[in-house]
Amino acid sequence: MAGKTIAEKIFDAHHADNPAGDIHVISLDAVFCHEITTPVAINDLAAKGKDRVFDSDKIMAVIDHVTPAKDSKTALQGKILREWARRHNLKNFFDVGRNGVCHALFPEKGFVRPGYTIIMGDSHTCTHGAFGAFAAGVGTTDLAVGILKGVCAFRYPKSMKIIINGDLPDGVFAKDLILHIIGKIGVNGATDRVIEFAGPVVEKMSMESRMTLCNMAVEAGATSGICYPDETTVEYLWRFISDQYPSKEDALADYRSWLPDPDAEYDKIIEIDASALAPLVTFGYRPDNVKPVSEMEGTPVDQVYIGSCTNGRMEDLRAAAGVLMGKRISDSVRGVVSPATPGIFNQAMEEGILKTFMDAGFCVTNPTCGACLGMSCGVIAEGEVCASTTNRNFNGRMGKGGMVHLMSPATAAATALAGCITNSNLYKG
Amino acid sequence: MNHFSGSVLFLDRSDINTDEIIPAKYLTEISKEALKPYLLEDLALEGFDPAHDIANRRVIVTRANFGCGSSREHAPWALEVNDIRMVIAESFARIFRQNMFNCGMLAIELPSEEIDRILDEFAGKKATIEADLEKGVLHVSSEGKTAEIGFSISDFDRALVKAGGWLEFADEKY
Ligand code: SF4
Repeated sequence: MAGKTIAEKIFDAHHADNPAGDIHVISLDAVFCHEITTPVAINDLAAKGKDRVFDSDKIMAVIDHVTPAKDSKTALQGKILREWARRHNLKNFFDVGRNGVCHALFPEKGFVRPGYTIIMGDSHTCTHGAFGAFAAGVGTTDLAVGILKGVCAFRYPKSMKIIINGDLPDGVFAKDLILHIIGKIGVNGATDRVIEFAGPVVEKMSMESRMTLCNMAVEAGATSGICYPDETTVEYLWRFISDQYPSKEDALADYRSWLPDPDAEYDKIIEIDASALAPLVTFGYRPDNVKPVSEMEGTPVDQVYIGSCTNGRMEDLRAAAGVLMGKRISDSVRGVVSPATPGIFNQAMEEGILKTFMDAGFCVTNPTCGACLGMSCGVIAEGEVCASTTNRNFNGRMGKGGMVHLMSPATAAATALAGCITNSNLYKG
Repeated sequence: MNHFSGSVLFLDRSDINTDEIIPAKYLTEISKEALKPYLLEDLALEGFDPAHDIANRRVIVTRANFGCGSSREHAPWALEVNDIRMVIAESFARIFRQNMFNCGMLAIELPSEEIDRILDEFAGKKATIEADLEKGVLHVSSEGKTAEIGFSISDFDRALVKAGGWLEFADEKY
């Protein structure tokens, strides 16, 4: 019998049922909730007389998409989630003042561990695969069942492996890498597959970069993106797990048990030479429409947005601030930055990064999804163009009739300075 | 079991995403019924007018990667409250397809040649499609013309449709 991939190992360890064919029902280690997709699940459960939760310690909830509420409707969504969290004594509920973008906040709180199974009513749940977890976005009905029963059904996962060799050149980041991968394999290139991201480039990456990488796996259709747990993972998690393991080596040994077997079977193995990459940007309305920044150079933009679950973390803010330091953004551009969590906001404040942004002419908003999905804090007008560090460039994503160009934080910062799409290298030093 | 049949809405385009099916601004609604007037409001498709083209349609036929983008279940709900309970496409985004069956609705995948054939022969006409779930056959018909096209869905998906959705199925079983 062939060996197992990381996803197969996780599935087998969480097996609950095999109701038909290749459909496997797995038990869940965590169910994440936010105020956009959960209220309908809550109402649905209540209407069916099933207002219960399977385990109040394994359900984490946050108000993050529109926060603080912008109108009566979003206030009501928050209220439903808040009251439900109270009713069921969820100790991990994050309200205004303590809330941030779910996929940045929950890892930061230590809720994600190697080998975990996690669902959320949010397509970018795949972000958490950075920790060697199986984490997948689901719809509201799956979420309702997860909340009620602590299980979810999936097809037994097929995996593909992407091995990233070489070294990321200066000015090229995890964002450019994942844009390159999506451009290469297409928006359907990994549909119904789990992507294992492997190779020396991923091994050298911080947890933050790995989250950026896994975050956009869904843009290639993947169910989840997964990185292998290693020293970097243990280091990141140590403050949460130090009472469970006598030493970091023990934690690592335990986590390594999730690594794929050498004879695991993959649907496809792709190798990429990162050394050959240049900064990239999307054009058009599909995330696989990707070009080198140099070919889009000079395209005027109206707004630059830095934030989101893709690129709103410390590393991203540092990279952007490094480009902006001591400079002013173009008069023709509005700059908006949203540090993804209060922790990141605080750290950025302490490091003087928020001041760098403000001195450059950026508006600093509270941690929120906000503009990323065209809901608040930086929605663009019809016909406007936004250079953005987010993950989706669909027609209308950041505002009806608007165009979104996805790029790395460094390229976005350089673009803000120039007023048009520009290679971040131009602004080095 | 639900009956799946009715007048067809042809959407001859690939990659229709969930923002087009139901724009993000309506995600602030907390009931399914409230989504009804906004189905396909932002669909980019020449000649398509949501105000006129959706009424009384029960089935959508479209091309590849239908329902890509955001995982919002609001997309199948917007279809459901407009009584569109069956979508036939060359392929679906994973979450969208799952959401359809989770709601007890049908998402049927056909090879591109079959989709081509349906669009060639029936698009632009008043056509109806009826799905025979047990036999796995779609009956397509319009003014004097008919076609039978086989399809398959998994036993699990069929069980979900029969149960009325995943919540009903899971609550009984787990
Ligand atoms: S930041 Fe954007 S992509 Fe990420 S969870 Fe929020 S809305 Fe979704």
